Amino acid sequence: MEDMILYNRLQFAFTITFHYLFPQLTMGLSLMIVYFKWKFLRTRLEDYNHAAKFWMKIFALNFTMGVVTGIPMEFQFGTNWAKFSELTGGIIGQTLAMEGMFSFFLESSFLGMFLFGEKLLGHRLHFLAGLMVFLGSWASGFLIIATHSWMQYPVGYEILENGKFVLNNFTALFNNPWLWPSYLHNQAGSLITSSFFVAAIGAFYLLSDKQSRFGKIFVKTGVIFGVISSILVAFPTGDMAAKNVVKYQPVTFAAMEGIFKTEKGGSEIVLIGQPDMKNKKLDNKIAVPNVLSFLTYQRWDAEIKGLNEFDESIHPTNIPGLYYGYHIMAGLGTIFIAIMVLATFLLWKNKLYQTKWLLWILMFMIPFPYIANTAGWYTAELGRQPWLVYNLMRMVDGVSPTVSSGNALFTLLGFIGLYILLGLLFLMLVLKIIRKGPEAQINLK
Amino acid sequence: MEIFWFIVLMVMLGIYVILDGYDFGAGIVHLFFAKTEEERKAVTNSIGPFWDANEVWLIASGGVLFFAFPTLYASAFSGFYLPLMLVLWLLIFRAISLELRGQVHNRMWEMMWDKAFGIASLLLALFFGAALGNVVRGVNLGMVENGISTQEPHYFFLALWNPTFDPLAEHQGVIDWFTLLLGLVAVVTLTIHGANWIILKTASTLNQRLKGFIFKLNCILLFLVILSAYVWHYVKPISLHNFESNNWLWAFPFIAAVGLFGLFRIKKFKKDISGFIFSSLFIFGSFGSTVASMFPILLPSTNNINPSLTVQNMAAHEYGLSVGLGWFAVAAVLVIIYFIIQFKVFKGKLDDVGYGDH
Repeated sequence: MEDMILYNRLQFAFTITFHYLFPQLTMGLSLMIVYFKWKFLRTRLEDYNHAAKFWMKIFALNFTMGVVTGIPMEFQFGTNWAKFSELTGGIIGQTLAMEGMFSFFLESSFLGMFLFGEKLLGHRLHFLAGLMVFLGSWASGFLIIATHSWMQYPVGYEILENGKFVLNNFTALFNNPWLWPSYLHNQAGSLITSSFFVAAIGAFYLLSDKQSRFGKIFVKTGVIFGVISSILVAFPTGDMAAKNVVKYQPVTFAAMEGIFKTEKGGSEIVLIGQPDMKNKKLDNKIAVPNVLSFLTYQRWDAEIKGLNEFDESIHPTNIPGLYYGYHIMAGLGTIFIAIMVLATFLLWKNKLYQTKWLLWILMFMIPFPYIANTAGWYTAELGRQPWLVYNLMRMVDGVSPTVSSGNALFTLLGFIGLYILLGLLFLMLVLKIIRKGPEAQINLK
Repeated sequence: MEIFWFIVLMVMLGIYVILDGYDFGAGIVHLFFAKTEEERKAVTNSIGPFWDANEVWLIASGGVLFFAFPTLYASAFSGFYLPLMLVLWLLIFRAISLELRGQVHNRMWEMMWDKAFGIASLLLALFFGAALGNVVRGVNLGMVENGISTQEPHYFFLALWNPTFDPLAEHQGVIDWFTLLLGLVAVVTLTIHGANWIILKTASTLNQRLKGFIFKLNCILLFLVILSAYVWHYVKPISLHNFESNNWLWAFPFIAAVGLFGLFRIKKFKKDISGFIFSSLFIFGSFGSTVASMFPILLPSTNNINPSLTVQNMAAHEYGLSVGLGWFAVAAVLVIIYFIIQFKVFKGKLDDVGYGDH
C-alpha cells in the first residue's frame, strides 16, 4: 500500500511538473503574440508581423507538448486516483468538463486557423483567431485553478452518507475566495515565463549580433511585459494568495515560512535557513525581525501561529519541501523584479541594447521563471498535504483500490521514458527555430 | 436527467468516433497505401487543420463522463488501467509525429515520423474497437473469487490478456478473440472512412486507387460484420432484448446497413462527399446499435454476484446534473459555431495548404 501511494504520487507529480512547463509559456506567449499582431495592425510595420509569426512557431510546438502531456492528467484522476474521482467527481468533474467544453474546443478550432489560415483569413481575422486562442488558453487556466481552489478550500458542497461530495451551490465554485488570487497570481507567473523567454531570445540575437532588428523588438517587449508581470506577481496577487493561506490554512503558512514556534511580540521573516526537522528549528538562519507580522497583518507585533500550535497529524507531510518551494519561489520573484526594474530603467534611458552585462543576465534567466513557477505550484500542492480535499479527505483515501503497485510503477517508468524523449525532441526543435530566427520568414518570400 | 446526460455522452462519443475516426483512418491509409511523397502529403494535409480539434471530442467526452457519471469514470478508468495508459502513450506519439514531421526536412526524419504516425493510428483503431468489445462483453465486477466479492462491487481490474483468450473465462483480459475481432472491424471501418475523407479533401493521384481499395476492404468488412454479429449473440445472448421491446431501435442497424450498402457503390458516385457520408452512416448506425442493445447498462457484470453498472446507479447527484445543463447548452452552441467557422475557412480541397506552412 505504501509503495502504491508512493508510485502514484510520483507519477502525478512527475507528469504534472513536466506538463506545466508548457502551458505556463503558452498562456503568457499567446498574449504577447496577440500584442505583436496588434502592433502590426496599428503600425503596419512588417517586422511585428514576422515577430508574431516567429513566436507562433514556438507557441505551436509548446502548445502541442502541452496538449499531449495534458491528456494524461485528466486520465490519471480516474486511473490512479479512482476513489478520489468517485467521491468528488460530482464537483470537480463540473469544472474539468467545463474546461473541455469551453476552452479546449475554442483553442483547438482557432489554433488551426491561426496557424494555417493567415492567407485565407486576412490580417484582421487572423488577429481575431489569435485572440480566441489567447482567450481559450486563459479560460483553461481559470477552470483548472477553479478545480485546484476547490481542493484547497472546498465550497458549495455537502457530503452524503456514502461519503460522496455533491454540489449544492454552483456559483460558489467561482466565488471561491481562494480562486481569484490564485488565478491572477498564476497568470502573472505565466507572463513572467514568457516575458523572460522573449527577452532572453532577444538578448541572444543582440549579443550574437545577428537579426538585431528583432533582438531589439524582443528585448523591449519582454522587458515591458516582464516588469509589469513581475511586480503583479508579488503585489497584489502574491500578497492576496499568501493572506488566503494565513486565513484558511494557518498550519501550512507556518511551515512555508519556517515558523516552528509562535513568537511573542511579532514574527521575523526568514530569508535563508534550512529546516532541521529533528530539533524543530532552522539552521543558519538569516531573518529580519517583525517583518512577517507586518506583511501579514500590517502590525509589527502581530502574533503568527507556529507549527507547535497545531496537532502533528495535520502538519504538512513534507515540511522542508514546502519551506524550500516557497522560499525559492519568493526569492526568485524578488530577483525578477530587480532585474526587470533595472532593465526598464535602462530601456527608458535608451541604454539597454548596449548594456551587454545585463543582456547576458537576461539571456541566462530563461530557466528561472520555470523553476519559480514549479516551486510555486509545489508550495500550493505540498501545502495542502496530507489532504486531497483540505480538512475533508486524506490523500491515502483517494487512491485506486484495484491497481497494484507493480502496474503503477510500470506506467511511471513508461511516462519517464516517453517524457525524456519528448523533452529532448522539443529542445532540439526549439533551438532549431531560434537559430533560424524570424528572418527566415522574410527569406521565404 | 441522467438519461439526458447519457444521450449527450453517447452523441459526443459518436461524433468523436466519426471525426477522429477519419484521421485514424488517414493514418492507416498513409501507412499502407500512400506511395509517393505527394501522396503522403495529400494524406497529412487532409487532416492537418482538423485532427487537433477532433481529438478534443475525446477529452471533452472524458470530462462529461467524469462529471455526469463519476463512479463509472472511477471504476472504468482504474479497471482498464493498462490499456488506457497504452492508449495515452499512443495518442501522444501520434500527435507529436504529426507535429514534428514537418519541422525538419530530412528523408530519414520524415520516414520515422510517417511510420510512427501510421502505426500509432492503426494500433489506436484496434484498441478502440477492442475497448468497445470489452464494454459489450462485460467484466468481472467486484473481482469475484469462489463466489465471494473481493472488492467494492463496482471496482475491477483487467490485465491485457489471459492465456486462453476466451471472452467467457472467469478472469478475462482486455484482449480475447471477441474483442480482437471487434478491433479488426474497427481497423477496417476506419481505414475505409479515412480513405473517403482523403478522397473528399484532396485531388491526389491516390484518390482513384483508394476507390478500388475501398471496394476490396468493403468485402472484408461485410464478412467481418456478419461474423461478429454471429459471435456477438454467443458472447452476449441478451443483446436483442431491447430491440424486441422497442421496435424503433431497428433504425440503427438499418442505417448501418444503408451505409455499408452505399460503400459498395463507391465507384459510381459523382460527388466525392458521398463515400464519406456513407461511411459516417455506417459508423453512426453500428455505434448506435451497440449502445441501443446495452441501454441502460453502461458496463455489464459477468458474475452473478455484483450488479452491472447502469445509467441510474452511476449518475452524479441531481442538482449538479441540472446546473450542468445550463453551461453545457451555452458551450454546445459555441462549439457548433466554431466548427461551422472552421469548416467554412478550410472548405473544399486542401491541396494548396502546405503541411509545413507554420
